Amino acid sequence: MGKTFKRPEALADTTTHYCPGCTHGVAHRLVAEVIDELGIRGRTVGIAPVGCAVLMYNYFTFDFQEAAHGRAPAMATGIKRVRPDLVVFTYQGDGDLASIGLSEIVHAANRGEKFTTIFINNAVYGMTGGQMAPTTMPEQRTTTSPFGRKTEFTGMPIKVAELLAALTTPGYITRQTLISPKYINRSKKAIKKAFQYQLENRCFSLVELISTCPTNWGMTPIDALKWAEDKMLPYFKLGDYKLPEEN
Amino acid sequence: MSKVLMKGNEAIAEAAVRAGCLNYFAYPITPQTEVAEYLAKRLPEVGGVFLQGESEVAVSYMIFGASACGERVLTTSSSPGVSLMSEGISYITAAECPAVFVNIMRGGPGLGGILPSQADYFQSTKGGGHGDYRLLCMAPASVQEAVEMVMQAFGLAEKYRNPVMILGDGLIGQMMEPVEFPEKFKAKPSNKDDWATNGMDTRKSNKRNLVKTLYLNPEELNAHNLKLKAKYDRMEREETRFESYNMEGDYTALIVSYGTMSRVCRTAIDILKADGLEVGMLRPQSLFPFPVKAIYEAAAKQSCEVVFSIEMSMGQMMEDVERSVCGLRPVHWYGKCGGEVPTPEEVMDVVRSIVK
Repeated sequence: MGKTFKRPEALADTTTHYCPGCTHGVAHRLVAEVIDELGIRGRTVGIAPVGCAVLMYNYFTFDFQEAAHGRAPAMATGIKRVRPDLVVFTYQGDGDLASIGLSEIVHAANRGEKFTTIFINNAVYGMTGGQMAPTTMPEQRTTTSPFGRKTEFTGMPIKVAELLAALTTPGYITRQTLISPKYINRSKKAIKKAFQYQLENRCFSLVELISTCPTNWGMTPIDALKWAEDKMLPYFKLGDYKLPEEN
Repeated sequence: MSKVLMKGNEAIAEAAVRAGCLNYFAYPITPQTEVAEYLAKRLPEVGGVFLQGESEVAVSYMIFGASACGERVLTTSSSPGVSLMSEGISYITAAECPAVFVNIMRGGPGLGGILPSQADYFQSTKGGGHGDYRLLCMAPASVQEAVEMVMQAFGLAEKYRNPVMILGDGLIGQMMEPVEFPEKFKAKPSNKDDWATNGMDTRKSNKRNLVKTLYLNPEELNAHNLKLKAKYDRMEREETRFESYNMEGDYTALIVSYGTMSRVCRTAIDILKADGLEVGMLRPQSLFPFPVKAIYEAAAKQSCEVVFSIEMSMGQMMEDVERSVCGLRPVHWYGKCGGEVPTPEEVMDVVRSIVK
C-alpha cells in the first residue's frame, strides 16, 4: 500500500509559529491541498494579511505578496486586472477584513474581482494580543472589552458573509468552520469551489471560516472548539450565502 | 513629429501610454481628473487597463499589487489624495517596486483649495508616509517637460525599483501648451524575473518570489534600510537635474525656484536685467535629489550677495536651499499659498527690497 497522506507540494516543509490549537494550520493545509489538486501552484500568487498570518508565505511554496492591514483585496485587484491569467487569493482575519479593510473587501466583491478570499473569523485580534474585533461576540471578554463586549456601545458582531451576499453583483459567498473533521471536509470543498469559480473567470469568491484562538480566548484548544460551536455558530450560521448560479 | 496643443493633464495621460504604460488606477480629484477621463477612453483603445478605485488608499495598493507582479503602472492624484496614498507609497518603496505617481498639487492643508500650489514639497521629498524612504521626485515647468518627465519616469522607476513622483502644480495640469512625445523616451523592457510575483511558471528558475516589507529581525531591517539608502545615494549621484537661467555672467542675486513659479521668476529676471540688475536663477528639475552642490556653487559666486527661495509654499523648499547654501549668503523666502501665482512684479519688488 502506498503513502496515502503526505504534505501537499504547495505547503513548505517547516514548522509554523502558530499557537497550539490554532486553526490557521488547518486552513493553510486546505488551501495547499486545493492548489495541488487544481495544479495551479506555478501561476498562483497569495496575498498575506497583517495579523497572525502575516508570515504565512513561509509556509507555502509559491509566489506571495505581503499586504498592509486591510489592503489585500486592493492588491489582489491590482494583480488580477493586469494579469488575469494568474490565480490570486487573499487570506485575511477579522480585524483585517471586517474592520480596517471593510471598504476594500466590499468594493472588490462589488466589482466582481475574479480572486478568492479566505476569511478567518476567530472573533478577536490575534497578533496584537486579543483585542476586540468587529466579529467579537456580545459579552465576550477581550483585552479592550475587559468587562465583555457591550453591544449598546460597540454594536453587534458584523456578519461578513451576509453583508457581502447583499450585493447584487454575482459572487460565491459561503461560511464554513474548522471546528471538527466533518466541517473541515466541507470547508475544503468550499475552498476548492471558490478557486474553481476563479479559474472559470466567473466571480469573486469568499470563504468565511469560523476559527478558534485558544490563546487569546484564554481556553484550552478543546474548550475553544466547544466555545466556537456553542457561541459563534448560532450567530454566524454556516452555509452558502450566495452562488453565482443564482444571478 | 508635429506638435499638438494639449492640456497638461491630458498630455500627461498620453505620455504614459506612449512610454509603454498600459495600466492605470485612480480616484477622481480636482485639479487632475482629466488624466483619468482621458485614460478611461484611451486605454481600451490600446488594450490597457483602466480602473477607478474606491479610494486613493485602495488605489495605492492596486498600484502595489500590479507593480509587484511586474507590470508598469501609473496613478495620478492631487494633494489630499496623495496624503491617502502615502501609506501605500511607504509600502511600495519598502518592497522595492517600481511605480509612477503624479501629483498635480492644489492648496492645503486640509481640503485647502483647488487652485495651483507647491505645498506638497515636504510630502514628496521628505516622506509623507512612515519610515526612511525617498521618492525620486521630478518637477516639470511646462507641459512639454511634464510629458518628458512622465515618459522617463517608468524607466527610472524600474532602474531603481522605486516609485517616481512627478510633482506639478495645478497650472501644469490645467494649462494648454504645444507638445510632442519623443519616441526616444519610450521605456525599455526590463527583466523582472528576480523579484516579480508573476507566477513561478513564468521564470526559468524554480524559485518562488516574495514581495514583502516586514523584517522582524532588527539586523535584517537595518540592512534593508541601508540597502534602500544606497539607492537614494545613487539617485543623488545620477539623477540630480537642474536648469540655470542668466547665470553665465555675474549676478547680484540668485533665485531658486521650480515649476510654474520659475517661469514667473524668469520674466521678472528679464525685466530686472533690462533695468540693469542681474539676477540668476537655478531651477531644480529634481526635488529629490535636490541640486545641493549646484546651488552652493551658484551662491558662492563672488558677485552673488543674496539668495531667494521663491515658491508657492511657506518656505518648505527654503529649508533645502539654506541647507545647500550652508550659511554662505543670506537666504530669503517669498511665496504665496492660497492658489494665486505670484506675479513678476511681486518677485521684482521682493528682489529690489533686499538688493539695493
